Formats: sequence, C-alpha cells, structure tokens
Amino acid sequence: MSPRITLATAARVLRQLRGDRRTVAMLMVVPSVLMVLLRYVLNSNPEVFDHIGLQLLGIFPFVTMFLVTSVAMLRERTSGTLERLLTTRLAKLDLLLGYALAFGLAALAQVGIATAITMGWLGLQIVGGVGWAVTLAVASALLGMALGLFVSAFAKTEFQAVQFMPAVVLPQILLCGLLVPRDQMLDVLHWASDVLPLSYVVDGMARAQSTVSASPLGDIAVVAGCILAALGLGAVTLRRRTP
Amino acid sequence: MSSTPAIVVQDLVVDRSRRRVLHGLSCQVPAGQVTGLLGPSGSGKTTLLRCLVGVQRVRSGLVTVAGIPAGDRALRTRVGYVTQAPSVYADLSVRDNLRYFAVLAGSAEAQARVDDTMATVGLANRGGDRVARLSGGEHARVSLACALVGAPDVLVLDEPTVGLDPVLRRDLWHLFHELADHGATVLVSSHVMDEAARCDRLLLLREGRLVADDTPAAIRAATATADLEEAFLRLAEGQEVQS
Repeated sequence: MSPRITLATAARVLRQLRGDRRTVAMLMVVPSVLMVLLRYVLNSNPEVFDHIGLQLLGIFPFVTMFLVTSVAMLRERTSGTLERLLTTRLAKLDLLLGYALAFGLAALAQVGIATAITMGWLGLQIVGGVGWAVTLAVASALLGMALGLFVSAFAKTEFQAVQFMPAVVLPQILLCGLLVPRDQMLDVLHWASDVLPLSYVVDGMARAQSTVSASPLGDIAVVAGCILAALGLGAVTLRRRTP
Repeated sequence: MSSTPAIVVQDLVVDRSRRRVLHGLSCQVPAGQVTGLLGPSGSGKTTLLRCLVGVQRVRSGLVTVAGIPAGDRALRTRVGYVTQAPSVYADLSVRDNLRYFAVLAGSAEAQARVDDTMATVGLANRGGDRVARLSGGEHARVSLACALVGAPDVLVLDEPTVGLDPVLRRDLWHLFHELADHGATVLVSSHVMDEAARCDRLLLLREGRLVADDTPAAIRAATATADLEEAFLRLAEGQEVQS
C-alpha cells in the first residue's frame, strides 16, 4: 500500500460526497434535528434525555455511515470502477483506509455538530467528558462504514443495499440496551447482544455518563476490534479476479 | 514485420457461468503495433481482454504480458485498461477523475500530463464539468483518458470507439497509431468490421475460437476478397466446414 494512494482515495471519496450537497446536508442536519425532537418528546423527563440522548448520539453515525458506504461501495462495484482500480497500483488496504479516512472525517463533522447542539442548546450533560462521547461516536461511524463496505458485496442493486439497513442495523438497535437494559433481557437475547458490536457503543456511552463506573476505554477497544474484523471481511469481498 | 510479442496467450480456457467462453485459445500480440480484436458480440472479446489485465478467473492456460504473468503487481503501472462501459466517477469532474487515476499510475509525470491528456481526447475545455453531465461519447473518452494519463506500455481497449462521430473516431485511430509508433502495444477490440482495416494486425474471434491471426492484407489475400467483412464470413464458414 502507499500513503499517497490512500490519501488520494480519501480525497476522491470526500470530493464525491461534497458533490452531493443534499446528502451532505442530510448527514449533517438530520441527527441534530432528531436530537431536538427527542428533547421535546422527553420534555417532562430531562434526566431520561441525558441518558437516552447520549446513547442515540452514538447510534446515529452508525446508521447513516452504514447506509452511505453500502451504496457508495455498491456503485463502485457495479460501475466497473472497482475492477478498474484493482488493475492499478491501488492495494485493497488503500481503498479500505481511504474510505475509512473519508467517512471518519465526515462522521467527525456530523458528530461535532450534533454534540454542540445537544450540549449547547438542549442542555445535555456528559458527566465523563465530551471526549469519550465523540470518540465513541466516531468509532460507531467507522463500524457502520466497515459493515456497509462488507454487505455491499451481497447486493446487486441499490434497493437491495438499502434493505440491509433493517436487516443488519435494526436488530442491533433493539438489542443494544437502548430500549431495555441488556442484563434484563432473556439469556439468549443477552448473549446475542454481547456479540453485536453496537452494544459496546451504547455501553460506552452509558459509562461516559456515569460517575461511578470506569472509563469507556474497554468498550472503545471492543468496537475498534469489530471495525478491524469488518474491514477484514470487506477486504475478502474485494476480489481482483472474478468469474 | 515480426517484432517481439508483447502479449502471449497459450491454450487459454475460460468458463463463465458454466459456459465455455474461450476454447483453448493461443495467440500473440506484437509490441509497437495496433492490433485489432474483431468478432461479433458474444465471441469472447471482452473475456480475452479481461484475462490480459488479470481480472478474469481462468480455467487453464497461460497469459503473459512483457514476459510477466498477466495481472502481476509489476504490470499494474504498465498496462492500461479501458472497459467497454465507461468506468469513471460520474459524480466527479473530468479533471478530478484524471488526477485521481494519475495518482494511481504512480509517476510524477502522470500528474503533469493531465491537461494534455484532456486535449488528446478532445475534452480540453470540459475539465471542470461533471462527467454525469457529458454525452455518452464524451463519457467514454474520459474513461479512455484515465488510461492514457499513465502512459502505459500496453493499452487494452474494449470497444473504445463505439458511438463516436466519424471525425473523432478517425482522430482516435490516429492517436492509437501514434502511441504504437512511440513503442506502445495497442490492443483494440471492435465488432465493427470497417475498423479492422485501420489495424496493423488482426485477431478474428468467433465463438471463443480464433479464426484468423494475421495482417489485414494477408487475410484479404488468403480469402481472395478485398472486403474484410466478406473475409470474416468466408473464414467463419470455413471453420464450420472443418468442425
């Protein structure tokens, strides 16, 4: 791999994203609007907002980056550009890291805006510090990106790619501890939630919000491991020679 | 006339979706010439070209480019491939596409060649335009330019002149010969027989088998006709009589 090609690939992906103003606007604005909505839905329970709001701040980047990446990578596969790229000096790692860098930066902007509005305007308190929360949210975005890259190999059309959202993302949202604490679930569901990576984003956010428990470093490490594993799976689907 | 072969294909067998597409094909492509790969659609032209750039899974046989197995890492900066459907980023400008592929080509000269290359394909004043807004022919020329920008030794072009106006087609054929005069090996596929006359050498493909491998003049002489289309018909009928 070459740092120059990785950076050029990241710049190219960001340039493509920037060209699509509507998608950029949605990525940057929608999470903040949803946080405002949630704040007023929970108008009479501000302490519930402190709790759930932060967890949702970790979940939004996962969902949006999953969708954007799965469609972007599917286009790369179906338009023939992926095949063409693989006939050049570009290494698979250049492509994966290029995407990670581009969507990581996009996620940082998204999370920054949503966090600023949620803390500044909506009055969300983060006990353990905003640094942990932003780190977890960006890790969550990268996790969504890596899974999106992987599942794009199993879709032939953009319709199919979008259908992976309810299939891959929604079960994780149901099981991640947002609706019901994970230790109150049936054993089977609890085990399932233990192996699903989004659970650790939400656990980490809960820890960042707690005065008693340890730092969310362990959760971040688990999420980072899952990102690497998903990227590894994604790399397997990038075949230079195809039938 | 006989120069060292740039591309050597030996007993190449390829199956695609359980159908045999190439039946033990052997041929050579000389360096520094324009070789035409002619045949009706479905004859296996694209499959053969995909083998030469190393993106086709093959059942058996050998393909080498400059003495190196096709698809080898060492060949990636030396072989330029233009797919039949244009494979460039429609959501980027012409110049951004060329700049990206220039980075992938890996030489400092490639970056400096971006503007000249746009002029070469007749898109000098369209650099800032998004590819999606161009016509089909212009789109195809961007794809060609992205291969030319790296100045590869071997150019593999899958039907690069389809749908172009006659003036532009003539200009591109001039360009191919100019590149060959400077030592490049140019392999151009086409299903239009009137383009065959423009090649230094012809490979005629039918149903995954080679029916001729010679200069246009020699093929005309062997089949006793001035018309290459007629020559192809006679060769194809001869093949049926034999089999």
